[in-house]
Amino acid sequence: MPDPEPAPNGALLRVNNIEVIYDHVILVLKGVSLEVPEEGVVALLGANGAGKSTTLKSISNLLGAERGVVTKGSITYQNENVHGLSPNELVNRGVVQVMEGRHCFEHLTVEENLLTGAYTRRDGRAAIQRDVELVYDYFPRLKERRKSQAGYTSGGEQQMLAVGRALMARPSLILLDEASMGLAPQLVEEIYDIVKKLNEKEKVTFLLAEQNTNMALRYSKYGYILENGRVVMDGNAASLLDNEDVKEFYLGVSGEERKSFRDVKHYRRRKRWLA
Amino acid sequence: MNPELLFFLETVIGGLMAGVMYALVALGFVLIFKASGIFNFAQGVMCLFAALALYDFMAPGGWVDRWFGFTFPVWAAIALTIVVMIILAWVIERFVLQYLVQQEPIILFMATIGLAYVLEGVGDILFGSDVKPLDIGLPQGASDWLLDNFNLYVEKLEVVAAVTAAVLVTVLAVFFQRTRIGRALRAVADDHQAALSVGISLRTIWVIVWSVSGIVALVAGIMWGSKSGVQFSLSLIALKALPVLILGGFTSVPGAIVGGLIIGVGEKIAEVYLGPLVGGAIENWFAYMLALAFLLFRPQGLFGERIIERV
Repeated sequence: MPDPEPAPNGALLRVNNIEVIYDHVILVLKGVSLEVPEEGVVALLGANGAGKSTTLKSISNLLGAERGVVTKGSITYQNENVHGLSPNELVNRGVVQVMEGRHCFEHLTVEENLLTGAYTRRDGRAAIQRDVELVYDYFPRLKERRKSQAGYTSGGEQQMLAVGRALMARPSLILLDEASMGLAPQLVEEIYDIVKKLNEKEKVTFLLAEQNTNMALRYSKYGYILENGRVVMDGNAASLLDNEDVKEFYLGVSGEERKSFRDVKHYRRRKRWLA
Repeated sequence: MNPELLFFLETVIGGLMAGVMYALVALGFVLIFKASGIFNFAQGVMCLFAALALYDFMAPGGWVDRWFGFTFPVWAAIALTIVVMIILAWVIERFVLQYLVQQEPIILFMATIGLAYVLEGVGDILFGSDVKPLDIGLPQGASDWLLDNFNLYVEKLEVVAAVTAAVLVTVLAVFFQRTRIGRALRAVADDHQAALSVGISLRTIWVIVWSVSGIVALVAGIMWGSKSGVQFSLSLIALKALPVLILGGFTSVPGAIVGGLIIGVGEKIAEVYLGPLVGGAIENWFAYMLALAFLLFRPQGLFGERIIERV
């Protein structure tokens, strides 16, 4: 396996071998480790239930509300242990999660949603207003809808709003969970283009959890593949896209003949990285 | 003026004033419901508790009098009661709500039922269950001016209640719509998890909202206590607030006021003009019938937030 690209500014976030248990019994993560370099875009890939969202929620500590607990391992951000900090303390330090399913505040207007994103900031109304305009620059559609209640905007607009709202906290790291869910491919492309721009211009680091492997790898520099709560593979985005197994199991392209569903068990066992 | 018309006017004004009193109680419900989606069954008991505490701070023979040998003047007693309500809010958050984040609304609702009984019991043990006359110097009796000039009988206390309610609603509306905390309160009401994800501390918000509704409960407790004495049946006015909420919408501050007024006027007029036709005493259930009709045709109430359904 190729070594990770040497990170230019060192790792912003390090997750070391964490284990997560829900409701005291359900073991969801069985030792996940990953690194996100400063100003990087890293993709966390895997099928449904692999543990992508749980990994993100352990980092932003939104697990507690779902009765999940990180029982082993450590999480460091800017070389400090952040495991167990409250979500609002983490937002304060610049870690913001955009949750799967968008989760806008339905009865608040688009603009109020953005202002709520700046809840933890103390740098005054003028600075916050400037950032509202900045978000509108990136997402002109939101500006058109600024006065409508978020619940009445379209799915794409809500996803943009969720990302915009996260930006309002002036984060250094955005944990973006399944931004492509339920959106038209073109819209997904649009949103990831903006993610790329935000990364380049605003220097925001991204950790993307995605099922859409192809899309996520095209927009990120490094990727981890999760399976059953474990990292089974990682590498540069380009090398992952090239990898025979990734092609076969996640991208749905394969040089070999079509496989019958009956062979799935056998087929699964042929994964080289599990051997 | 035509005596019949005058009588009608008096009925309407009496109804409006009674409505304001209901609205004051309903307001406390709306605040907590708006910010946390909890229907706080203990709101009526909170009114009672606030009134009991207030009475105790200023009355001879209360705890303060017995322990320290003096009583507080009215303004200090009110300030102290506000502090008590804030402490109560903190205690409720610390020992009840904190453990119920992200639970079903029905579970939170049941927790508040428990809270109502605990609070009622504690109030009984601390302050005793006798009826206490609360007098903080609010004007009593009929307004002479209205009686002389228009021959109308209106209680002064009810006028004070109306003015207080108006001020309270204005302040709350500004608070919810214009301030950072107010916006955060509405955000929490919409989506707990999303609120957490943008860095809003639910615990802080809940303490704030329960404190504010504790203070509103104090205002309602003062008005009801001045009107009919501080007694344990005060906690039952919570039941009267329910139809007010259904009419006005659980999430609307102005709705609580308008709902209260409609219920107040409606039940007085119904009693006077429809009552004789069916043998009287319809004042007690008229409000609930009205609420039922609303549930059938407009479940979100007059001013409630539209139930958003995207198609």
